[in-house]
Amino acid sequence: MKAADIVTETSVDEDAVAVRRQHPLRATLRRLFRHRLFVMGLCLFGIIVVAGVLAPVITDVDPTKLSMRNKFKPPSAEWIFGTDNFGRSLWSRVIWGAQLSMFIGGSVVLLNAVFGTLIGAAAGYFRWLDNGLMRVNDALMAFPAILLAIGITAVLGPSTINAILALAIVYIPRTARIVRASVIVLREMEYVQAAIAAGAGHWRILRRHILPNAMAPLIVQLSFLFAYAVLSEATLSFLGLGAVPPTPTWGNIMAEGRQYMTDSYWIITIPGIALMITVLGLNLLGDGLRDVLDPRLRIQQ
Amino acid sequence: MFVILVRRLLSALPILLIVSVLTFGLMHFIPGDPAAAIAGLSATPVQIAQLRHDLGLDEPFLTQLVTWYAGVIRGNLGRSILMGQPVTDVMLFRLPVTIALSAYALVLTLLIGLTSGVFAALRQNTWVDQVAMLFAMVGISLPNFWLGLLMILVFAVQLGWLPTGGYIAFTDDPVGWLRTSTMPAISLALLQVGLLARITRSTMLEVLRQDFIRTARAKGLPRRLVVVKHALANALIPITTVIGIIVSLSVSGSVVTESLFSIPGVGQLLTQAVLNRDYPLVQGGLLMVTALLVLVNVLVDASYALLDPRVRYEGR
Repeated sequence: MKAADIVTETSVDEDAVAVRRQHPLRATLRRLFRHRLFVMGLCLFGIIVVAGVLAPVITDVDPTKLSMRNKFKPPSAEWIFGTDNFGRSLWSRVIWGAQLSMFIGGSVVLLNAVFGTLIGAAAGYFRWLDNGLMRVNDALMAFPAILLAIGITAVLGPSTINAILALAIVYIPRTARIVRASVIVLREMEYVQAAIAAGAGHWRILRRHILPNAMAPLIVQLSFLFAYAVLSEATLSFLGLGAVPPTPTWGNIMAEGRQYMTDSYWIITIPGIALMITVLGLNLLGDGLRDVLDPRLRIQQ
Repeated sequence: MFVILVRRLLSALPILLIVSVLTFGLMHFIPGDPAAAIAGLSATPVQIAQLRHDLGLDEPFLTQLVTWYAGVIRGNLGRSILMGQPVTDVMLFRLPVTIALSAYALVLTLLIGLTSGVFAALRQNTWVDQVAMLFAMVGISLPNFWLGLLMILVFAVQLGWLPTGGYIAFTDDPVGWLRTSTMPAISLALLQVGLLARITRSTMLEVLRQDFIRTARAKGLPRRLVVVKHALANALIPITTVIGIIVSLSVSGSVVTESLFSIPGVGQLLTQAVLNRDYPLVQGGLLMVTALLVLVNVLVDASYALLDPRVRYEGR
């Protein structure tokens, strides 16, 4: 973060000129790509996304195919990441696990973007809704996150879709809170008052005047949320509450590999590294987005 | 001070009410018949029906809710189906374990998180700062159960320095407690250390830029004194806010940490309760844990008044 800060500090004037010349979106992108840690995060996260998308192309063995003759093979030229206790290719399992992680993380983020914005905007804009909505929100946030997710998956039963729903329910209150905070400030702005005076309807004011300006903190939140979602999903499936085996997830690969870790350390190490690359990448991305998009923090720098 | 504390406690009540309704509703939507699960495979339908009646599970939802609340007010959270003991007893037996573990993690967090955050801020943009923030970033990105697994592999299996799991109470054997709790506490503290170091650094930077710091330095006060008495004292207020979050993270993290190290704490208990559909235990246990967390947050809120005289006057 530090080295990148120096870069942004020295290039402030240049940026100001650039802002006048360029489309605002391009100016923002330019600043983002100058942020060294953002680029690093993008690369790390990009590796996992690409691996997930290309899973059918870059793996040749079915991740659930058993091969008892080949069990506990250490990483080698033939078995890139080695094999597990059933002789399944860990390379296939980790790559397909990446796809599932990206699917779950992406879905949780999408659900949060939609429902978090709806609830947060409703609570922030309509005063009479605020108290009721936020009390339920506070109550949901009072639960320890993982315990609530476990409770919900227990109700719904362990599966991929249910893990997505549980994590969405756990995190939507947190997203709604952030959207509400920006909406409350924006609603009192003079240009919004002017729009009300000009006779614009609620829907138009929210959509055209308030929400576009509330996007920056939301985007920052969503990138961190992606990280939490992937991490929590791994925790759930490590505890046996995520996607059901033999479907490979990073969490359940580690849970299965746990018994054999003394001799076959690669079964737990490799999915853990993949998980760490994802979360680290997303955290760096989020930090970069916050530095560039959140004006309050920019003034301080 | 007292007024603030009472007011905060009262404002927490509606939250607890909603929390209890949510837990109660949640557990009643769990598919499957708990009576059948408890009675076992060999039970006859009549036995199951009898058991269901004994547990009050054949009553209408609202009746069960009212009965439960009537108990809650009197401090009776019902009887755990699995353990056959009152929920409060089971919880009070397990809570000290989780609290001791969280306290250990909190001490580690404060020691490492605060010092590294302060030093990073004082040496902004030097290698000290960069290394500290790199570690903080890795800390918030490492899955804590994975670090736990790796530690077991290295320190318990390979080197044999520490046991792979289990728990010895501090009151029974302090050294044994330290041996069994150190790895779990480190894996719990990891995320929190990173979080605290990052927040400490940014608040310290903000405070250090202020005019009164320059004044203090200009009038010749030693740097150490300015940092501790002027800067850190002022930075502590926003930092305290994080303590509430950290305690909540500790409880959340204890779920997987306790199951990984086979520690008989609340996290492990509630996971088992959810998986075995022990309604009363899940309802009562979640309510107790959440109430405790709300209480911690109330105390954190009230401690602003202690730390910051401005809050004391405005908060009335």
